Amino acid sequence: MPKDRSIRKALVIGSGPIVIGQAAEFDYAGAQACRVLKAEGVNVVLVNSNPATIMTDQHLADEIYLEPLGAATLRRIIEKERPDGLLAGLGGQTALTLAMLLSRDGTLEEFGVRLLGSPMEAIEKAEDRQLFRDTMERIGQPCVPSETAEDIKTALSAAQRIGYPVIVRPAYTLGGSGGGIAGNEAEMREMARAGLDASPIRQILVEKCIAGWKEIEFETMRDAAGNAIAVCSMENVDPVGIHTGDSVVVAPALTLSDREVQMLRTASLRMIEALGIIGGCNCQFALNPDSFEYAVIEVNPRVSRSSALASKATGYPIAKISTRIALGYTLDELTNDITGKTCACFEPALDYVVVKVPKWPFDKFQGTSRRLGTQMKATGEVMAIGQRFEEALMKAIRGAEIGLDSLDAPALSGASVRERLAAQDDHRLFTIFEAIRNGLSVDEIHAITRIDHFFLDKLKGMADLEREVQIRGLTAKRYARMKRMGYPDTAISRLSGERRLPGWRYSYKMVDTCGAEFAAQTPYFYSCTDGACESRALRRSGRPVVMVLGSGPIRIGQGIEFDYSSVHCVWTLREMGFDTVIVNNNPETVSTDYDTADRLYFEPLTPEDVMGIIEAEKPIGVVVAFGGQTAIRLARYLDGHGIPILGTSAESIDIAEDRERFDRLLERFGIRRPRGWAVRSMEEAVQAAERLGYPVLLRPSYVIGGQNMSISRSREQTVAYMERILAGGIENPVLVDQYLPGIELEVDVISDGKDVLIPGIMEHIERAGVHSGDSIAVYPPYNLTDRFTRVICESSEKLALALGTRGLVNIQYLIYHDKLYVIEVNPRASRTVPYISKVTGVPMADIASHVMLGAKLADLGYGTGLVRTPPYVAIKVPVFSFEKLSDANSILGPEMKSTGEVLGIGKTIPEALFKGLTAAGLAVPAIPKGSGVLLSVEESDEGEIPSLAVRFHDLGLRLYATAGTASVIEERGVPVVSVPNATESDEISRLMEDGTIHCIIYTGAVRDATVGDYIALHRRAMQLGIPCLTSLDTAGALADMMRSRFNAENTELVDLNHMRA
Amino acid sequence: MAWLLLENGMCFEGTRIGAPVSRMGELVFTTGMTGYMETLTDPSFFGQIVTHSFPLIGNYGTIPEDAEGESALFGYVVREMCDNPSNFRSSGTLNEYLKERGIPGLCGVDTREIVRVTREEGVMNAMICDTVPEDLSALRSFRVRNAVPSVTCPRKTVYPAAGKERFRVALMDYGAKRNLIRSLQKRGCSVTAWPASTDAQSVLAENPDGILLSNGPGDPRENEACVAQIRNLLGKKPMMGVCLGHQMTALAMGGETVKLKYGHRGGNQPVRDLKSGRTWITSQNHGYAVVAESLLDAGEVTFVNANDGSCEGMDYHGWNCFTVQFHPEACPGPQDTGFLFDRFIHMMEGREPTVAPVGRSPKAKGR
Repeated sequence: MPKDRSIRKALVIGSGPIVIGQAAEFDYAGAQACRVLKAEGVNVVLVNSNPATIMTDQHLADEIYLEPLGAATLRRIIEKERPDGLLAGLGGQTALTLAMLLSRDGTLEEFGVRLLGSPMEAIEKAEDRQLFRDTMERIGQPCVPSETAEDIKTALSAAQRIGYPVIVRPAYTLGGSGGGIAGNEAEMREMARAGLDASPIRQILVEKCIAGWKEIEFETMRDAAGNAIAVCSMENVDPVGIHTGDSVVVAPALTLSDREVQMLRTASLRMIEALGIIGGCNCQFALNPDSFEYAVIEVNPRVSRSSALASKATGYPIAKISTRIALGYTLDELTNDITGKTCACFEPALDYVVVKVPKWPFDKFQGTSRRLGTQMKATGEVMAIGQRFEEALMKAIRGAEIGLDSLDAPALSGASVRERLAAQDDHRLFTIFEAIRNGLSVDEIHAITRIDHFFLDKLKGMADLEREVQIRGLTAKRYARMKRMGYPDTAISRLSGERRLPGWRYSYKMVDTCGAEFAAQTPYFYSCTDGACESRALRRSGRPVVMVLGSGPIRIGQGIEFDYSSVHCVWTLREMGFDTVIVNNNPETVSTDYDTADRLYFEPLTPEDVMGIIEAEKPIGVVVAFGGQTAIRLARYLDGHGIPILGTSAESIDIAEDRERFDRLLERFGIRRPRGWAVRSMEEAVQAAERLGYPVLLRPSYVIGGQNMSISRSREQTVAYMERILAGGIENPVLVDQYLPGIELEVDVISDGKDVLIPGIMEHIERAGVHSGDSIAVYPPYNLTDRFTRVICESSEKLALALGTRGLVNIQYLIYHDKLYVIEVNPRASRTVPYISKVTGVPMADIASHVMLGAKLADLGYGTGLVRTPPYVAIKVPVFSFEKLSDANSILGPEMKSTGEVLGIGKTIPEALFKGLTAAGLAVPAIPKGSGVLLSVEESDEGEIPSLAVRFHDLGLRLYATAGTASVIEERGVPVVSVPNATESDEISRLMEDGTIHCIIYTGAVRDATVGDYIALHRRAMQLGIPCLTSLDTAGALADMMRSRFNAENTELVDLNHMRA
Repeated sequence: MAWLLLENGMCFEGTRIGAPVSRMGELVFTTGMTGYMETLTDPSFFGQIVTHSFPLIGNYGTIPEDAEGESALFGYVVREMCDNPSNFRSSGTLNEYLKERGIPGLCGVDTREIVRVTREEGVMNAMICDTVPEDLSALRSFRVRNAVPSVTCPRKTVYPAAGKERFRVALMDYGAKRNLIRSLQKRGCSVTAWPASTDAQSVLAENPDGILLSNGPGDPRENEACVAQIRNLLGKKPMMGVCLGHQMTALAMGGETVKLKYGHRGGNQPVRDLKSGRTWITSQNHGYAVVAESLLDAGEVTFVNANDGSCEGMDYHGWNCFTVQFHPEACPGPQDTGFLFDRFIHMMEGREPTVAPVGRSPKAKGR
């Protein structure tokens, strides 16, 4: 079937901010979709509230709306743009749910918009638990015994009938929010309540628990003519019971015989046929390890995290082909891009093993439960390719940036190995390895973990080899064996005690979808220990090679923004005529798409791995400035090995990070910074803090996202902090700084060594003390005087030039008591690059790339100095994933906690704030008059409470407050209802549950004693959809926004590509 | 330390698995990621040294019930051989299995490079050996001969239908995979397997409801006697041909076959169904193909390979016969084209509309 020519304009819905369960994979999918649509001559209208994405780039769509992803806004955009079709299968659950809403409320029909890809009927059959079960029953596919329930009583009786343990799954949620396993009636009561609250339609599925079965996935595709393929099988190393997003996953499935594989593959194809899928679809199965019994777990009728993984694991571009299918093409008329001549209607053959390892945020959330279950907790993942399972696993581990280069990891607790094996936490792989070394049998470990013997035997083989090397020493043969198993030299040195190793010359093989059956066009490589190297054998263009290092897995503090910058750098370098090479190991991203750079190396970003590629590629230089801290960390090593670092030198990077050197620099220019010292011991830290006076800010150097950054208000807190840091062993000193609660500003600067371009200054709504990534940032600044603007520009220029930066530098300032302080200078691309690039029209990463390779700013056409501000206000609002980490402390502080961000663009601050807060999921604008706001603040904030109370009161809201806060409000003569503390009674819970309280403003909880109370309160609030604000500044902004009376109907729809000049 | 020596002089170093003997064969590769058990026991691999492009082999051990016949291959080359298999049906390691059957093999070889070289230079002879001979002339002159007689069943064998017998099918066994038989048994057919040398008269004397021409090894043109008997069987009963059966039917109809540069072996070959417009993912294992142009008057091309356009299926109207190059019986590989057995059943039920014969009668062309 040829392309459907009636589709001239298509609306593409993105997935919004990055949250746990919905990460960069949808930018990858969406960007591919946009490129396909444009190539097919379709006019693309894109809506996505996430500014950090590549899909929202100027040239990827014709009209770009960074607007809140709500049905009302989408309806207005549809009314304005009149698209012929809607593509919703590439924007995750968010886009799919919106498409369902727009279909149900008649919008699509009213404006004649066709749903492209899977029809609504198929989506509903796949998404609605009962419809799905009925469909499966009709075609004889076994489902896990389950029943739906819409109240607790039904849920309990269902569990009774099915038999405990049961799994509770809330309907219509992503990442399995609110679900879990209940072993008895008491647990079930709690679980059912949470599940019902988490489901937008108050429906849960109560399901027989088949924990311990193998979890197998198939990524499938089907076209309108009925052609169907299974792109890839995947096997979760962790059996059923742990969310696939939290499981170590291998591709293809490794423990199944052909009979089992074909049984499930055939089932997948029957299922997508019965559902009527058109496009990509993920099918998940549970397989009894002792028989052919299986059960369908679920399907996702859209591209997903798993499909991104499958695309990178096989080379088969699922999102791209899904988009073409949505346009009416059939699989058999499309060509496999990789070979350039074979048919896309085929199934990739792998001749390597892929291992995916999740990246969890537990380092950010001390005290949070690390137990893995049906609710996903990982923020990102790494993928590794090897010729052996062991090799791929070792690459994944060292690429995950968890401070490990092997499976040797310190235990998380003092509990016995058996207890820790049963704990089912993120460390289980390391615990298993420890158990094997301690002599536990594979059978015993299997009995506890239910992980297949195949994987456990592989780990045992590794432990045996390590032991052999430890006892009998390293020989050339053993060295080669260890290399084949994927051990880096650092680990081999440690295990063998040999400090001088011969080093290994790595070869590179291609990922080509076909196991070398056909010649491939796309140079997508992974390293191996074989002799034959396909990369070195590849004919080169002869143009100079530049290598760009990516940013690794998505984590809090280092997200998709860095992929945006890396990709832009590659694109620019290609335009400039360089032969580009990218190195990255994140399967979710655009950077690891096979056609982003001239050559892709899917490898960990560690010194040895990167040096191996450098030997094969011989680049003229390496770009580290766009890959976040992951790439920056490699600068010193590469520089030390004589590899040119393009842009800012390793030396300059070091000055910015080294406390003393940096202080000397600031002194030279008379620029202030909060006083402080670099310390290495407990005594030094306590002494420094006392000299500065509390509160002080404590943080390690050389980190991103404020990891382990903390405000200390007392000697005890300082001691506790230092104990924790010192226990982990420190390589770099800890910084102790004066804490100044002033206004925080952030500047992104590009310097060519002579001139400086300042695309924009941002002002944070929350005062210093809240991490910049968690602050609401306003561009342009809203209360910066001309004098300060000038001073900031001057200081920024001086700093950029003095540091010798070539390219981007991000500087954070503080204004406190009318004085400007520098807090931090980062000589690399920052989180705000995509956001400011989009709003100002200054392509910062592109300009920086030019500059790094020697271009002069004066010649690039964007001028120098501060860029003129556009007639819009753009406000970045952070988005958190606390729904997935319900026991985490959500109180904002110097350590970053948000996973993503949205942008609100408006004519005024209130309008932009309205859009930003709405897009971030704060349902506050819907609060009707007479609604309740609960205020509970710590003593130090009480001074500011009266004015805030007055503002809320004037908006017609009813105030509730805990005792201390209430008395302050009463003194001001504002009516307030005093309620007891959450610890004293469940009054607050009741007020939330009966709908009296619509919003909570809570500060404090820095003391361990009250953190638990707050976490419980916050968890209940999240379940009920009640926003919780933990900064008075955010609350103030909210009041301003409410006063402005904006709503989803009266804001201006801003098209980024056609902004008013 | 042992070697895989190619006739072009290339050498791959590896570690011995299986039987400690030297053996020559035709070096081929298969890209299937599972199904090594079925591959190892597929008689169609007679005379060949099989290389798996998938690097991990033996993970689920040996599973005798998944055997497709007696192993007939001459050598086995893998990257990594699993010594600790894991599967509820596993009955031992693959290495033991190879040893027991006298099949020599190598592991620890850069199998991707072997595939790449084969792709570039075409199928070559190779040998598994402990020392590399100076003189390669013996290796270069090696030919797979006497393939079908080596793997066909020694005597007539009857396999009862699963459940009530609806039809009796005569299977011409040129090296049939067990799942061809199972596919018919589960559709209510009893199957009588005949040695490849059986004449048409003996087969027809038992008045079967249909005839299935099986898969098998080697060059189809080597089997002149079999082709002659097919000519005698054609048109007498509903007939289905698979793989070698497809190729030999083409020869019987006066068509031609060619040797492919490196064959189609794996479970991911797309085949376009010219009647329905659908494209199916198929299981394949063949080194020769039917030349569609040579059969323009004799039949209708029904399936073509979506990658290289080669002939994958024929309908011989009026002869009540259809043949396919790929393996609808799967094992290993996708089961998507199992409906072809249903078509065969329909033919035996007389439900398949008979189309007037087109073109000439079957007679040998040239040879």
